[in-house]
Amino acid sequence: MNTQHSRRGFLGLAGLSVVTLAACSTSPAAPAAATPKSGGRLRAAFAGGGAKEVLDPHLANLFNEAARAKAVYDKLADLGADVAAQPRLAEKWEPNADLTRWRITLRQAVFHDGKPVRAQDVLSSYARILDPGKAFRAKASLSLIDLANSRAVDDRTVEFALKRPYVEFPNALAAFGAYIVPEDTQDFTRPVGSGPFRFVSFEPGKSVLLKKNSDYWEGAPYLDELEFIIANEESARTNALLGGQVEYAHDLTPTTARSHASGGKVTIHRSPNSAVQGFAMKLDRAPFDNRDLREALFLLADRPQLVESTLAGSGQVANDLFGKGYQFYAGDIPQRERDLDKAKALIKKAGAEGLTIKLDTSTAAAGMVEAATIFADQAKGSGLTIEVVTGNKDTYWADTLKNGSLSSFRSGAMPIESHIAQRLLTTSTTNTTKWTRPEFDALYQKAVSTSDTQARAAVYGEMQRSLHADGGYLLWGFADWIVGTSPKVGGVATAPANTLDWARFDKVWLG
Amino acid sequence: MAGLISYAARRLALGVGQVLAVVTVVFLLVQALPGDAAVALAGDDPDPARIELIRAAMGLDQPPLRRFGDWLWGLLHLDFGVSLVSGRPVADFLATGLAPTALLAALTLVLLVPLSILVGVAAALREGSPLDRALTSVSVGLHSIPEFALAVVLIAVFGVGLGWVPPTAVGGLTPAVLVLPLLVLLARPICSISRLVRAGMIEALSSDYVRHARRLGIDVRRIRFAHALPNALAPAVQQVARTTDWLLGGVIVVEAVFVIPGLGTVLVDAVASRDLPVVQGLAVVFAVTTVAVNLLADLAAFRLAPRSR
Repeated sequence: MNTQHSRRGFLGLAGLSVVTLAACSTSPAAPAAATPKSGGRLRAAFAGGGAKEVLDPHLANLFNEAARAKAVYDKLADLGADVAAQPRLAEKWEPNADLTRWRITLRQAVFHDGKPVRAQDVLSSYARILDPGKAFRAKASLSLIDLANSRAVDDRTVEFALKRPYVEFPNALAAFGAYIVPEDTQDFTRPVGSGPFRFVSFEPGKSVLLKKNSDYWEGAPYLDELEFIIANEESARTNALLGGQVEYAHDLTPTTARSHASGGKVTIHRSPNSAVQGFAMKLDRAPFDNRDLREALFLLADRPQLVESTLAGSGQVANDLFGKGYQFYAGDIPQRERDLDKAKALIKKAGAEGLTIKLDTSTAAAGMVEAATIFADQAKGSGLTIEVVTGNKDTYWADTLKNGSLSSFRSGAMPIESHIAQRLLTTSTTNTTKWTRPEFDALYQKAVSTSDTQARAAVYGEMQRSLHADGGYLLWGFADWIVGTSPKVGGVATAPANTLDWARFDKVWLG
Repeated sequence: MAGLISYAARRLALGVGQVLAVVTVVFLLVQALPGDAAVALAGDDPDPARIELIRAAMGLDQPPLRRFGDWLWGLLHLDFGVSLVSGRPVADFLATGLAPTALLAALTLVLLVPLSILVGVAAALREGSPLDRALTSVSVGLHSIPEFALAVVLIAVFGVGLGWVPPTAVGGLTPAVLVLPLLVLLARPICSISRLVRAGMIEALSSDYVRHARRLGIDVRRIRFAHALPNALAPAVQQVARTTDWLLGGVIVVEAVFVIPGLGTVLVDAVASRDLPVVQGLAVVFAVTTVAVNLLADLAAFRLAPRSR
């Protein structure tokens, strides 16, 4: 995508300690940006999708669509710094004792046409997403809702009935694309939301212009106007920023960040633990139905070298587990390191000496081909030969879900529970590693039926230990998410894509 | 003249056939690409059930031949159909992409033709002189620099470094913004066309009719510009046509580097998302412009040098 539309998906923000670290790695803001100031138009450059771009927030798929959707609309909840759901349009949520009925109290908020946000709008929005004939992205996350038995108690109270006990229901309310639109909206050519900016104009493939919503429930934005501009090439976004044609450039490469971090012309904002990078082994077929061979691959990976070479140092080493620094991450599991001798012994034991394994990869996400090449190199001398096969980027994720035995993997941030539900249960729709264990499914059901946070953390810990020991995901690193701004821009949070504070322009000002 | 008209009519009929052939081949090629628009749209959430729903919503569950037939039927009524992905009319994509592409192409040609003739004639009239050798070296050197490399250097020096002109077209195609893209688009065609003009001019100046005209004592400037030049331009016209075709196709690299949302960008996006109606709409536009430009070039060459008939 060119890589413009390839880097889609959820991304998230790591724990507090990491946030502090990020603050240190960011250039000090220029004095002009130090104090909040009202007014001005901020121009933000994103990669776009041309023909694909839409204003319907439920169809949002690309980063620029997600950023626009959050400027115009609100969700009931969104993901905070530890990638746990926090209330947004929902003021509070209260489950019943068995976690099957949830009472949501709405904040006092109004849509841009002056009408209040009501329980009926929430039910109508979710009914649209859950339409059996439609394929909205948030549908899977909301599918636990029993809509027929859910109701509006009054204008500001919704009661959701769930099909099963589900303590992580707020994660569903924060799902990608689960925006609240006015009841029965069908036409999104002039979107009306409850978010911090109002719609002004849209030129597909070029730009979207918004203006401030002075009545926003969380306070009016500092900016008078916000313009999203499409620039697909990373170099073009950087040049536009350097040339003063935009004030914000989304998704820059580590190389760009390194070249301009100290120049003073731009400020670089890095968000750690944003996108996990790795390889997926399929457990339901040869050769990785053999546990010894999976462990051999775990031990072949030189994770620090992969991070240094592929991410140019803009990232951290991973431990074959998703969600470092997020709520419920099993940080007590020891870090796995390269051990060539042990790997060789395991390959011998598995009878796989001399075997050639194809590693499917593509340019669907930044750094995947490079990482695959480096990993193939690291496997030299182990008895295994890894052959890198570069496939079609546009269909890569669908191809590798079905075909092959080893493939490059990348994912943005989402709650650990969502990662498990989408990818690691027998019923998961994107179970690339074909991890189907009835006892693991049972643990998941136990976790999401457990109200007590500590008890739940223990169950998630057990699940992560089993994944670390036996699973099919070899995860070697977490890439920083990199954004560049003009030094006069203040209030940019270092939050990765699609968490609440990522691309959040109502808290940003022009100094 | 009657010969010219019947020639043009035959070429037009052939052109319609060519456009249909191109559209058919493009349809088959996009069918042959791995995956379809539904798979491309599902991206990193390739839930098979979800892909099936998207496919049904796009009408991709219909047989390919039927979809192609429906589309051709629409085309006969000048209806290009709607984008599979966004549902917006394909004609909108073509119109918004064509505007910047046509503007750049027109400005490039307006500058290209006189500059190429000037350089080519200047070199030809002083064949073998230091000026001729210098122009040859520069044009061979410049011609070997790819557009993207030249663009990157020009942006770094004049856009970002010196700040004389805006580095990208973000915010619209103002005159200052057009400077760098035009330089990049002009660089290689000027080299190739001026070389052709030079060669044609040298050949014409040494031809029998020029020698004869000299013997008759006709003014040397009149010989050069009224007699030799038109003959010298005939070979260059074909190259101008090829350049025009290249420009009207939307020069993808230049559009990407300078953020110009022209036809090239529309094409790249449409192919990546397997948005077949948009790709086919573009194929029609490109085929029509290619046929039209070549026809015009042939007619122009015919007028310039009737003996080439």
